[in-house]
Amino acid sequence: MSKLLFDVAHLLAGSMLVLSFALLYQDRITAVINVFALQAITLSLSVAWQALVQDAPHLIVTAAIALVVKGFVVPYFLQRIVRALNIHRQIEQVIGSGSTMLTGLGLVALSILLVQPVGEVSIYVREDLAFALAVILLGLLMMITRRNAVTQVVGFMSLENGLVLAATGAKGMPLVVEVSVAFSVLIAFIVFGVFVFRMRERFDTVDVSALDRFRGDRKDAP
Amino acid sequence: MIAPVEAAVIIPAIAIPILALISGYRLGAAINMIACALTLTAATTLLFTEHPRTDLVIIDDFNIFLIILTAFVGFTTSVFSATYLAHEIEIGRLTPTFLRFYHAMYQALMCAMNVALVANNIGLMWVGVEVATLSTVMMVGIYRTPEAIEAAWKYFILGSVGIGLAFFGTILVYLVAQDVLGDGLPAMSWDLLVKSAPMLDSKLLSLAFVFLLVGYGTKVGLAPFHAWLPDAHAEGPTPISAVLSGLLLNVALYALLRFKMVLAGNPGAIDVGAIMVALGLISLVFAAFMLYRRRDIKRLFAYSSIEHMGIAAFAFGMGGPLANFAGLLHMTMHSLIKSGIFFAVGHIAQVKGTQRIAAISGISVTHPVLAVLFSLGVIAIAGLPPFGMFTSEFMLVSSTFARQPALSVVLVFGLLIAFGALILRLQDVVFGEPTGKAHPAQASYIPAYVHLSLVLIAGLWLPDPVVQWFRGVAALLG
Repeated sequence: MSKLLFDVAHLLAGSMLVLSFALLYQDRITAVINVFALQAITLSLSVAWQALVQDAPHLIVTAAIALVVKGFVVPYFLQRIVRALNIHRQIEQVIGSGSTMLTGLGLVALSILLVQPVGEVSIYVREDLAFALAVILLGLLMMITRRNAVTQVVGFMSLENGLVLAATGAKGMPLVVEVSVAFSVLIAFIVFGVFVFRMRERFDTVDVSALDRFRGDRKDAP
Repeated sequence: MIAPVEAAVIIPAIAIPILALISGYRLGAAINMIACALTLTAATTLLFTEHPRTDLVIIDDFNIFLIILTAFVGFTTSVFSATYLAHEIEIGRLTPTFLRFYHAMYQALMCAMNVALVANNIGLMWVGVEVATLSTVMMVGIYRTPEAIEAAWKYFILGSVGIGLAFFGTILVYLVAQDVLGDGLPAMSWDLLVKSAPMLDSKLLSLAFVFLLVGYGTKVGLAPFHAWLPDAHAEGPTPISAVLSGLLLNVALYALLRFKMVLAGNPGAIDVGAIMVALGLISLVFAAFMLYRRRDIKRLFAYSSIEHMGIAAFAFGMGGPLANFAGLLHMTMHSLIKSGIFFAVGHIAQVKGTQRIAAISGISVTHPVLAVLFSLGVIAIAGLPPFGMFTSEFMLVSSTFARQPALSVVLVFGLLIAFGALILRLQDVVFGEPTGKAHPAQASYIPAYVHLSLVLIAGLWLPDPVVQWFRGVAALLG
């Protein structure tokens, strides 16, 4: 196969990784959502490219889901939620953006080291997998460093972008479409759902740290 | 005529929309029970039919017993759930609309667990575990108290990160297998993976298992990935605590064991057994100490679930015919006893109107039948004879002592610590000054008694076919 095909695939996967870093340091919720939408669009381009390269037309479905659901519908509703809750100006971070970025760099190095043995199976898959694992780990990092329910959900969705990237990079993997649909259902449930609205209803905040008051064994009388 | 395998998946799937549409909660509960009974029938007929393998479905000795156990506990829990929920409606804690949702989700959970168990495909199994997680998240948050929402949120975040990592592990396994088995479905089938295990790339396979272990290990509730488990058990409706503890943890452990079978067949791969032994012992000792400080009765038994999952993981990690046998028996006994205990605890919490252990005491005076049931359950879960858990723990301790005396010391230490905590709490709850309300319980005692009698029978005399069967599976696990 020609080298150009892989270069384009790596360019798209690399852009997703850069956007993952951008997600880490954004300090306003609306910006976080916009960057996430951009990452989802890049993902759909990458998946569509894989569909071409691997000659696997069913992957177009996955690309379309990524584009429509995660690129437009979910960000739109998240923006509405954020505006309805009047939290579009604020963001809270547990640790500073500098140390977060450094940790992120460490995670990228870790993922490159981890997928090293893949080279013995297939040299081309290795880079894709390294990018995907880095996106996954950065999504995890984002979920840990953010305290706001909306940004935690964005972190989870970014993690899931990395999973779809990894799955579509594996040539001829069955059930990828089904799994991406399952993921979309999961996200739809959570985003439109229940949690953010319930949290608003109960606490007048979507800051997850507000939940900490209720954690653990109840020591006081009911 | 559809095959029983398909029926076990289709019956709950059909019940989901029906239950979501029916407004009367009594009718809903009845249909829930009927659907579970039909699923149980389909699962039992699996024993008497032939099962050709396909790329998507596999029935072997290992999963057939888990399918039947799942369908059985699912059915008895649906019976318990009917009376439990009638009380919740009465006191206004739940509304009929929420019950529709609850029943639909209950069937979604049964369907997803059956999919995960019968799947021959690692991707399909993953989808089953994911849907099962999602449906239980919904049910854990159903009371909508701050505690319930926190529990559901924590469960959702940790559970989805877990299944996300498990999916990455699944992709890696596919990549490894693709090299040997070619593109497409065969590279994801359990039977072919196990068969071609020696030819797979060991480094990558080991890497995949790390992700799978963290991913599915979170769902099993092994320490240190257990943080969601106590909250989810304590804050959801009690029938859900029963199925979570009794069934969903088993399904996740089943997934891990299947992957362990693949790695065991590969000479160059990491020693999965040693990792499982370590995690199992950590879970056991950690949970045993945590039992002492629990103030919430459902949280107490949630930690006890972590402890027993640790014991089962330890047993399978040790491997060999005897320890595997003990592990299988332990899984079964734990499912039956723990769900039975949750049935009793559910009624106790309802009659006393609280889950705080300090506010529950002297139930032997106020509710003698419940007290007997609860005591039998705690005695069984603490591993005292003549109940079946004594058999499995005794087998495990003796086989460990013969092979790794040092490990058996840690094992016995953990078991004794946990035993002490449970007996202390048993005294507080059953004896002592009677507190709280004394009005009679509206309870169905039958499911809990059925579970405990099965455990008692297993402790006194295991039927020969069952022994043969467990032996076969233990040999399969290697």
